[in-house]
Amino acid sequence: MEAIIFYIFSALTLAAGLFILFSKNLIYGAFALFLAFLGVAALYVLAGADFLAVSQIMIYVGGILVLLIFGIMLTQKKEKSDDSTRHNRVEVPITRKIWGYLTGIGLFGLLVKVILSSNFRMAGEEMSTKSTIKTIGVELMTSHLLPFEIAAILLLVALIGAAYLALNRNPTA
Amino acid sequence: MTTIPVQYYLVVAAALFCIGLAISITKRHFIGMLLGIELMLNAVNINLVAFGRHDPERLSGQLFALFVIVVAAAEVTVALAIILRVYGRFKTVDPDKVNELKQ
Repeated sequence: MEAIIFYIFSALTLAAGLFILFSKNLIYGAFALFLAFLGVAALYVLAGADFLAVSQIMIYVGGILVLLIFGIMLTQKKEKSDDSTRHNRVEVPITRKIWGYLTGIGLFGLLVKVILSSNFRMAGEEMSTKSTIKTIGVELMTSHLLPFEIAAILLLVALIGAAYLALNRNPTA
Repeated sequence: MTTIPVQYYLVVAAALFCIGLAISITKRHFIGMLLGIELMLNAVNINLVAFGRHDPERLSGQLFALFVIVVAAAEVTVALAIILRVYGRFKTVDPDKVNELKQ
C-alpha cells in the first residue's frame, strides 16, 4: 500500500518536472512546479518528515511559487513586432537543447549506476511513527542554535537586499 | 508497516535533480533557470530526508533540509530582484542577450 502511494507521488513529481522541461509557456511550467512541490511534500511524509512536509508546502507553494509567478508576469513581453520590414528571425536553439538533455540523461545514468552498485548499511534505528516536531524544536534550540540564528540574519539580509534592489527601478528619474 | 528502501528515494531524487539540471540548461529565460534550480534543491532535500529517516534521535538530515529550504527562499527573493532590475535595464530575460555589464 505504502509502495503504491510512493510510486504514484514519485510519478507525479517526475511527470511535473518533465512537463516543465518540455513546455514552452513558463506560466504552465510554474503551475507544474506546484504539482512537483506537492509530490515532494508527499515523499517527505512517506519518509517520516511531517514537519518538513508542511514547511515545504507553506514556504515553497505559499511563498516561492507566488514570487516566481509574479516574476514571470512582470517580465512577459510580446515577441511579435508590427514592423513588417524586419527580417523574420528563425531561432534554432538546437545545440542548447541537445546538450541539456545529454547532460541530464548522462548524469542520471551515472547516478543510478552509483546508487544501484552501492551498499548502504544503516547504523541507526528505523524511524518510528511518532511526530518529529518535538525533536526538531529541541534540536533547533540546543545543538543547532548558531545555524538557526545565522539563518535568521540571512533572511533579514536577503529581505533588505531584495527590497533595495527592487526599489529605484528607473535610475534616471 | 513496510518501509520503502532508501535506494528508491535516491533514484527518484537523482531523476528530479537531472530534470532540474536539464531545465536550467535548456530554458532561455532567467526564471526558467530558477525553476530548474528549485527542482534541484528539492531533489537534494529528498536525499537528506531519506537518509535522516535512520536518525530518529537527532534528525540531522531533516534539520539540514530545513536550512536548505530557508536558504532557497532567500536565494529566490534576491534572484528575482536582480532579474527585475536586469529586465528594467535591458528589456530582455534571455541570458544570452545580457552580455554586457553596462549598457
